[in-house]
Amino acid sequence: MRLTDFIIPLMISFILIHGLVKGVDVFNEFLDGAKDGLMIGVKILPALVALMTCMGMFKASGALDVLTYAISPLSSAIGFPPECVPLALLRPLSGSGALVLFEGVLSEHGPDSFIGRVASVLMGSTETTFYTIAIYFGVTKVTRTRQCLAAAITADFAGFIASAITVRLFLGI
Amino acid sequence: MMKWVFSALILLSVVFGMMNGQMSEVTNAALEECSTAVTLFLSLVGVMALWSGLMNVAVKSGATNFITRLFRPIAKLLFKGLDPNSKAFQAISMNMTANLLGLGNAATPLGLEAMSELEKENKGSKIASNHMVMLVVINTASIQLIPTTIAALRLKHGSASPFEIIPAILLASIFSVISAVLIVIAFRKTGLKKDAQDNFTENGKEQK
Repeated sequence: MRLTDFIIPLMISFILIHGLVKGVDVFNEFLDGAKDGLMIGVKILPALVALMTCMGMFKASGALDVLTYAISPLSSAIGFPPECVPLALLRPLSGSGALVLFEGVLSEHGPDSFIGRVASVLMGSTETTFYTIAIYFGVTKVTRTRQCLAAAITADFAGFIASAITVRLFLGI
Repeated sequence: MMKWVFSALILLSVVFGMMNGQMSEVTNAALEECSTAVTLFLSLVGVMALWSGLMNVAVKSGATNFITRLFRPIAKLLFKGLDPNSKAFQAISMNMTANLLGLGNAATPLGLEAMSELEKENKGSKIASNHMVMLVVINTASIQLIPTTIAALRLKHGSASPFEIIPAILLASIFSVISAVLIVIAFRKTGLKKDAQDNFTENGKEQK
């Protein structure tokens, strides 16, 4: 049993107890929220179908191997597993696309392998940068976003490098 | 943007499939992967519903307010000069809280609300204000306490400990956010003059 095994059960208990103490109808509010969660899932389903299909084709054709091979000298120089390179490339562009690749990495290499762990940390510590920038500035009249893109891409890159380092640090190889 | 990624991936796979003589694999992939997508959806949607449900309870009971209050000092530091009682500041701290709890769907509307409040302060300028840049960059570098979607997928693939990656994710996120904030601050000083000049030349062009 690890410390992290306690996080979820304790958090769920805390939320429910706090809700009951404050007089919240915890069951009905749960159902309301769960409905929203389902709706998000339904919303991303078409994108999942589109992206899983094109990623599956890309992989089956051998093109992914060529791409990974081309970038591998660079990635191994910074200690980043080459198997996670396609994931790192797609992550800033598309959340559901990255999810698809992540799933592929897990089924191929296993979630508890070094590669699977780096992919997990990479997924958790970076965001869909371009999408976020587009919708956030979309509500304003701003056309010049200044240092925004540079900083956001730096953050992604730092996240990629850090994911390999932190996995080694906390979980070993 | 995605239309290019989507088309390029499919066209490239057809070209590579022909060159490698793997057209039958490409065909199978096209027909099989679309139904795999539905399986993936089914394995994710339960956790998403559970988490959204619990978070709705936490929002209604005010448990999330506590975390918003914890965030105030950090938000004050990052958004120097912004009135802590303003609507924009409130929305920003709630946006950061929602991000931390992994509530993407709650974080985005709050972030957009904060953006339109900042827009009022920016007086409709075409150049992003410092606060705007900071808010967007913080949102592109996610910090998440409980990565539920990732854990759900790890569990699905037989992980012995789906949540073991939490400390690593937190440290990597903090590293990525700090580097983003440093870049924002570094370029805030050097970038302004150039921006002012660019704005000037843009105006000049408009006058012609």
